[in-house]
This record gives sequence, C-alpha cells and structure tokens, in this order.
Amino acid sequence: MPPIIEVRDLAKTYASGTVALTGVTLDIREGEILALLGPNGAGKTTFISILCGLVTPTGGHAAVGGHDIARDYRAARTLIGLVPQEIAVEPFETVMNTVRFSRGLHGRARDDAHLEQVLRSLTLWDKRDARLNELSGGMKRRVLIAKALSHGPRVLFLDEPTAGVDVTLRREMWAVVRDLRASGVTVILTTHYLEEAEEMADRIGIIDRGRLLLLEDKARLMHEFGRKRLTVELTDPLAALPDSLAGHGLTLSENGLRVSYDYDTRADRSGIARLLAGFAEEGIGVRDLETEQSSLEEVFLRLVEEGA
Amino acid sequence: MNGRAVKTIFDHEMARFWRTPWESLASPVVSTVLYFVVFGAAIGGRIPSVEGVSYGAFIVPGLIMLTVLQQSIANASFGIFFPKFAGTMYEILAAPMSFIEVVAGYVGAAALKSIIIAVVIHLTAMVFVDLPMAHPVWALGFLTLTAVSFSLFGFLMGLWAKDWQQLQFIPLMVVTPLVFLGGAFYSASMLPPFWQGVAHLNPVLYLISGFRWAYFGMADVPVGLSLAAVTVFLALGLTAVWAIFRTGWRLRA
Ligand SMILES: Nc1ncnc2c1ncn2[C@@H]1O[C@H](COP(=O)(O)OP(=O)(O)OP(=O)(O)O)[C@@H](O)[C@H]1O
Ligand SMILES: [Mg+2]
Repeated sequence: MPPIIEVRDLAKTYASGTVALTGVTLDIREGEILALLGPNGAGKTTFISILCGLVTPTGGHAAVGGHDIARDYRAARTLIGLVPQEIAVEPFETVMNTVRFSRGLHGRARDDAHLEQVLRSLTLWDKRDARLNELSGGMKRRVLIAKALSHGPRVLFLDEPTAGVDVTLRREMWAVVRDLRASGVTVILTTHYLEEAEEMADRIGIIDRGRLLLLEDKARLMHEFGRKRLTVELTDPLAALPDSLAGHGLTLSENGLRVSYDYDTRADRSGIARLLAGFAEEGIGVRDLETEQSSLEEVFLRLVEEGA
Repeated sequence: MNGRAVKTIFDHEMARFWRTPWESLASPVVSTVLYFVVFGAAIGGRIPSVEGVSYGAFIVPGLIMLTVLQQSIANASFGIFFPKFAGTMYEILAAPMSFIEVVAGYVGAAALKSIIIAVVIHLTAMVFVDLPMAHPVWALGFLTLTAVSFSLFGFLMGLWAKDWQQLQFIPLMVVTPLVFLGGAFYSASMLPPFWQGVAHLNPVLYLISGFRWAYFGMADVPVGLSLAAVTVFLALGLTAVWAIFRTGWRLRA
C-alpha cells in the first residue's frame, strides 16, 4: 500500500530568518497513528501547517494521498482535517452552524445526519445549539475536532489535542482517536505528553530543531532504546556494597535490602550474569529479581541530548 | 471550482447581516433621514433646485454612493478581519479552495449587502421627494460595479489591518473625505473654477456623477468618463487581489 503522506526534504525558513524545518523526509502509512514529539519550537506545528496549506514551504515537497500539496492542493486538502494547537472559534456561532460551515468549506453537501454522528461521538450533541463562547475550553477543543471531522477526512492532524485538558477528557479524547483509527483514518498528533505518545501511537517521530531525529515503531523504539533497571532484593540487609562490586554502578537502598542496577538493552551484554556471579562470590543472598523498562520520557530526553 | 465553499462563505456572511436586520438596515436609513432633514430641509430651502432637479432629490444619488462606499468597505474588511482576529482563519486557508474563491465569497456578500442598503435608502428617499429614474439599468450597473470595487478594497484593507485601529483608518481618513468632496451634496459646477479643477482630481466625483446621471440624466463629467473611472476602480481591486493570490501576502507565512 502506498503511503498516505509522502514528505521529501521539507524545509521552512520563516521571513524572520527562523529556521523551523531543515529537510524532513518521511512516509506516513495509511491508517496509523503517528505521534510527533519534540520540545517547544521544534517545528512540529510548522510541519503540520505546511501539509495543511497554512504555511508555504521554502524547500522540498509533500503529497497527501498521492496529490502534491502545492500543485494539486484541492485534492490534497479534501483528504485532510486539521485541529490546530490554539483554540480559536467564532464566539457567537452555534456548535451546529460552525460544524456545517467547516463541511461546506470542504465542498461537501449538507449532511446533518453525518454531523449528528460526529457530534455524538464527541459528546457534543446536547450542545449543538449552544453558542461557542458559552462552552468550556475542553468542549471548544472537541468542537474543533468535530469541525475537522465534518467532511469525513482520511487524514486527521491533531496539534497537541490534549494540552490543557483534564485527565478524564484526555482519556475520552484517546478513545475518540482510537475509534477513528479503527474506522481507517490516519492520525498524526503532536504532543508534549510522552505518556500520550506511548499510550496512543503506532509509530513515534522525534523532532528537534527542525530535524527529524528518529521515526520508529513504538514497540521497537521502546525495546531498542529502552534502558532497563534491575532491582535485586536481598535476603539479608547490607551495610555497604563490597568493593568487588563497585564497578557496576550499583545503588543500595537505605534499608540495605535492595540493590538497583541500570543497564542498556542495546549493549551486547547486559552485565546481569556478571553481576549475579559477583553476588554469589561475596555470599550475598538474593531473594528476588525485578526488571523495569524505562519510560519513553527518558528515551526522548536522551535522544534530544545526544542530538544537541 | 469549489462553488459550495464560495456559497458557504457567502451565506455565512449574509447570515450575519440578517441576524441583526435592525442594526444592518436601520443605521443607514436613520442617517439618510438625518441628511434629508439637515441638507434637504434646512439647506434645500435656500437652494430650490440644481439644474432643474429639486435639491432634496439631487442629493439622493450622492447619499447612496456615500453609504455604498462606506458599507462595502466596512462589511468586506470586517468579514475577513474577523477570522484573522478570532484565529479562525486557519480553516479558510486549509480549505480546498483558491484565494479567488475566498474573495468571491466575502466580496460577493459585502457587495450584496451594500446593494440592499442602497435600495432601502432609495425607497426611504421616495417617501421624502419625487425621485425620477432616467436610466434604471445604468443605475443598477453603476451601483453594482461600485459595490464590488469597494468591497474588494475593503477586503484588502481587512487583510492589511493588524488591529481594529488600522481597520478604521482608511475609511475614516480617506474614503469619507473623498466622498464629501466628490460632489455628494453639490454639483461641481457650483464651485469656483479653481476648486472645480481640484474636484475633478477626485476619482469618487466620477462615480457620483455617473450615478447621478443615471437618475437625472445630467452629470458633472461625461458619463463615459464615469464608466471608465468605475472600471479603473474595479481593475485596481482585481489586480491587487491577483497580486496577493500570487504572493500569499498577509495570508500564508
Ligand atoms: N509565523 C511564524 N513566523 C516566524 N517564526 C515562526 C512562525 N511560526 C513559528 N515560528 C518559529 O519556528 C520555530 C518552530 O515553531 P513551531 O511552532 O513549528 O514549533 P512547535 O514544535 O510546534 O513548538 P510547540 O511545541 O511550542 O508548539 C520556532 O522557533 C518558532 O518561533
Ligand atoms: Mg506547536
């Protein structure tokens, strides 16, 4: 299956001279959820804005559904729904009207049955006649999602969909995104919440200073880049670690009953065997072992630091 | 061609007009009545007629032109400035429509609003004075071309404006003076020769003169020149829009 979005050497230098993107190349697969992670100012919004037609690239090109975003912008944009980072709504418009407006802009005939379905899926149906300035921030964000879905896009861009959204609503939002994926929609989301990427994404891209540092299946990423922590529970408390074990970089808990050891799953040898042999030599009794995968957060911070 | 999108913008803009019909229509009507009271009754008593037309009737075309220019600019500039201000512009830019279609939606609605207001003023004026119409088709033609041209200018101003002050600036500082000095309330022939020359440098004079000719069959300048003037206005507006379309000025970073 050809990729739904192809991006080649996409670059953007703003008129102010700010270099926001430097030659990003990637393919996005139809039906996947791709999370773009990156610190503030990394270029995530710029990337999305170019694909949606809000910003003109200064280099490279891109295609959505095989349609070049510049030459064949109508066909490309018809496939796209965009939920922007900033919440912006027309204050005096009603929910239903603003969603109808979005659908009309995309050249689709009025279809209130479809809109009802969209509003219901976002628990906005009861608010259909409310004015937008009467809604809470979280509701407004859902209205923006409803607008983006009003014309039945095949690709949905969500620029930080859960920024400033409470935990319950965030989980609701995740459920909505999963349903969308189940119906075949490709979702590209940006986030600062690594938890979110970990929770939602099929693949994760990390952007920093306009460069795509990495694009990887989430599971592989977690596996390949993950550090693990081994915690060894001892039968008897230790007052201090013996000198023979000093080279392993161990830490002893305050009660002397737990020793933890960090290792890199990417290394050829984890060093666990050597460590345990060392314990045996010293006559330290081991009651239990526990390993813990490091979170994406740590993976992310390490990559950004390495990239610096 | 995304005709549905054009209609969506057009309907959206017209809906704002009809949602508050009182504000939309009452204010032009009230100011018309005021002008009649002040100029028609007070001054008109001293100027019984201008070239055979009663002064009360004489000022009607100028009054309509004044309102059409103001309303076209105000409506179109507000129409495009508001989404910029509210931050909803992204939706227009991400829609599968060309800039020309966006312009057609906003300018079409702004022009139609002005034309509706013009008709209402005309009808209001008929209550006060006898209003002949020598060339109704020409009147409608001048009216439409003027409304479209100045809605285009308004659209450009709304695009250019970065805040509400800028939005008010050109209508207040340029357009209103040009209309008042463009013979809205007098015939240029009533001026001393020097000021007649100055008045003829004012492009708005040609619009008002042409429109007045359509009413009364008399004009300050040959009607062909008026037609040329309105064509130039339209061409200027279209050229500027085209240039923006090519460059993305003030729209896309
Ligand atoms: N319209 C603009 N004009 C000039 N510079 C801009 C513009 N928009 C963004 N930038 C700059 O481009 C860079 C990338 O910004 P962008 O908004 O793409 O980052 P981001 O990854 O979305 O950040 P955040 O996580 O804070 O939303 C930043 O340095 C920003 O200041
Ligand atoms: Mg951003």
